[in-house]
Amino acid sequence: MSEKLIQVEHLKQYFPAGGFGKNKKFVKAVDDVSFYINRGETLGLVGESGCGKTTTGRTLLRLYEPTAGKIVYDNEVIFDSEKKIKANMLPYRRKMQIVFQDPYASLDPRMTVADIVGEAIDIHHLAANKQERYERIIEMLRRVGLNSEHANRYPHEFSGGQRQRVGIARALAVDPEFIVCDEPISALDVSIQAQVVNMFEDLQKEFGLTYLFIAHDLSVVKHISNRIGVMYLGHLVELADSYELTKHSLHPYTKSLISAIPVADPKIARSSSRIVLEGDVPSPLNPPSGCKFRTRCPYADERCAAEVPEWREAEKGHFVACHHFDQIQ
Amino acid sequence: MAEYLVDIKNERLSFFTPAGEVKALNDVSIHLSEGEVLGIVGESGSGKSVTAYSLMGLTAHPGKLIGGTLEFNGHYINDMTEKDMRKIRGNEVSLIFQDPMTSLNPVYTIGNQIEEVILLHTDKNKKQAHERAKELLELVGINEPEKRLKQYPHELSGGMRQRVMIAIALACEPKLLIADEPTTALDVTIQAQILELMMELKDKLGMAIIMITHDLGIVASMCEKIAVMYAGKIVEYGTTDEIFYEPKHEYTKGLLKSIPRLDAEEHERLVPIEGTPVDMLNPPKGCPFAPRCDSCMKICLREMPPVTEFGDTHYTQCWLNQKAQFEGGKVQ
Repeated sequence: MSEKLIQVEHLKQYFPAGGFGKNKKFVKAVDDVSFYINRGETLGLVGESGCGKTTTGRTLLRLYEPTAGKIVYDNEVIFDSEKKIKANMLPYRRKMQIVFQDPYASLDPRMTVADIVGEAIDIHHLAANKQERYERIIEMLRRVGLNSEHANRYPHEFSGGQRQRVGIARALAVDPEFIVCDEPISALDVSIQAQVVNMFEDLQKEFGLTYLFIAHDLSVVKHISNRIGVMYLGHLVELADSYELTKHSLHPYTKSLISAIPVADPKIARSSSRIVLEGDVPSPLNPPSGCKFRTRCPYADERCAAEVPEWREAEKGHFVACHHFDQIQ
Repeated sequence: MAEYLVDIKNERLSFFTPAGEVKALNDVSIHLSEGEVLGIVGESGSGKSVTAYSLMGLTAHPGKLIGGTLEFNGHYINDMTEKDMRKIRGNEVSLIFQDPMTSLNPVYTIGNQIEEVILLHTDKNKKQAHERAKELLELVGINEPEKRLKQYPHELSGGMRQRVMIAIALACEPKLLIADEPTTALDVTIQAQILELMMELKDKLGMAIIMITHDLGIVASMCEKIAVMYAGKIVEYGTTDEIFYEPKHEYTKGLLKSIPRLDAEEHERLVPIEGTPVDMLNPPKGCPFAPRCDSCMKICLREMPPVTEFGDTHYTQCWLNQKAQFEGGKVQ
């Protein structure tokens, strides 16, 4: 029985971007995003840079305070802008963790690996004494394929793949239930990426973890996720089962995203034709009216400019926000 | 008249760092005919960029060419002076860098930067250069070229900047274009635009392209031949079909297996290449891939394998293949 671990409703995250009083401008990094994640599943989030996928992940953990919306974790409301609920996050930090994108920037260069992993253990008082603390650190390092030798080294002594493992060990140190994986493999070499992806899968099986897996590489996301959400300019445009999404996508943006990925098979690559989108992503400071994708969409008409498309369930479990999805083949 | 446009033979290049000698390139041979597209794939530090840069005489200190011959379009790069090199660079061979954000000069307008190349290499005057710059921007698909020429790089998006870089590279209609991870910093939909543009321009202008990338998807769709590099060596070389459908080297096989496929019908576990890339300061004695290779034999750790050839276009450096051929009675 799938049970919803996380529910996000109408989440908004606006960042101030200059101007005063009435002229105050905002970047709507995340605008009215709703989704849920079942316990034990992986939800993938894809989109181009600047579409708000990282911000969604961080806002979900309240690393950024949401502008509006509601976040429910395990049937407990941790944020609700209408009822003005703001839960104390400390107990939740034990359950919700994050692995950051850049393993070079997210580890303090002046701390040893043992201290990086141990910091979380100290904050949450998970070890009664020094011996226990040390054992726990070593246990975490083993889980991610490192060993006790590595504990007293500094981050600069590790390769990119190993650093990312340290980042994962740090997240695992508090025995979380849910981990936001924010582009955890995009800074790694191709041959190392597969190692880390496999490790995420193994850890999930072993500890029953739930992931929000954020990446721009759709093929990796499809590989690891049960369901995938596609974002464009702060909006979710489509969300479905990962197989369903890659085979029977409904939104024109998803379609073009899939066709834009170069296939590592020369015969298929030669025979298939790409849908090449015109133009660039519009500035989030000055987004188009109505449907955000309409400036690049080959099917856009007046209605797309006037109305924001509704987020609706087109088929069971397949959500899409597009006026014309049923007419596009 | 030389047979090939590019002919690199047994190139050896080392970086003499305070920590010791790093053999960045070890016996690398590449040749390329006019109008051909060659892909060089490999992980970071495998020597793909160094190979291409050395062809332009752009080896950075403390790097030094210590062996082999480089020939390009009838020039012997080894013997050329810096002054002569300058005449070729940007004229007969040009380069597109990975990061369009940092490879354009922020304090000059787009127009300045395009015209600079034209004024340097042709006898066009300023006005003609301006006209040519406008043509070039149109060629790479930028609207309102007159307006764009007056803008600075920060006013353009990443995709646009990369188009400007391409315009600069093509200003003198080079015979060879080296593209060093031209789309790594770009989003997928923009990447598709840029790749499409490069192929279009190649057909129009007939130049040869060396495409440096780590993305096997890009080489599959663009290249005719592929060189797979690992630790400063070309471990396998062949046509695109040979590399993808009949890979011979364990590293190539591993790379192909380790990438997830978007069109996979069901969930298959990825097969990663275990271990970490080679420490170039202390490379293994034999085959550099041996410590990570599943089928590693004793001899692999001791000696570098010789080249095993399969037909005219396909070769690899691997003892396993040497063994197979020996058993098949082809090699003595």
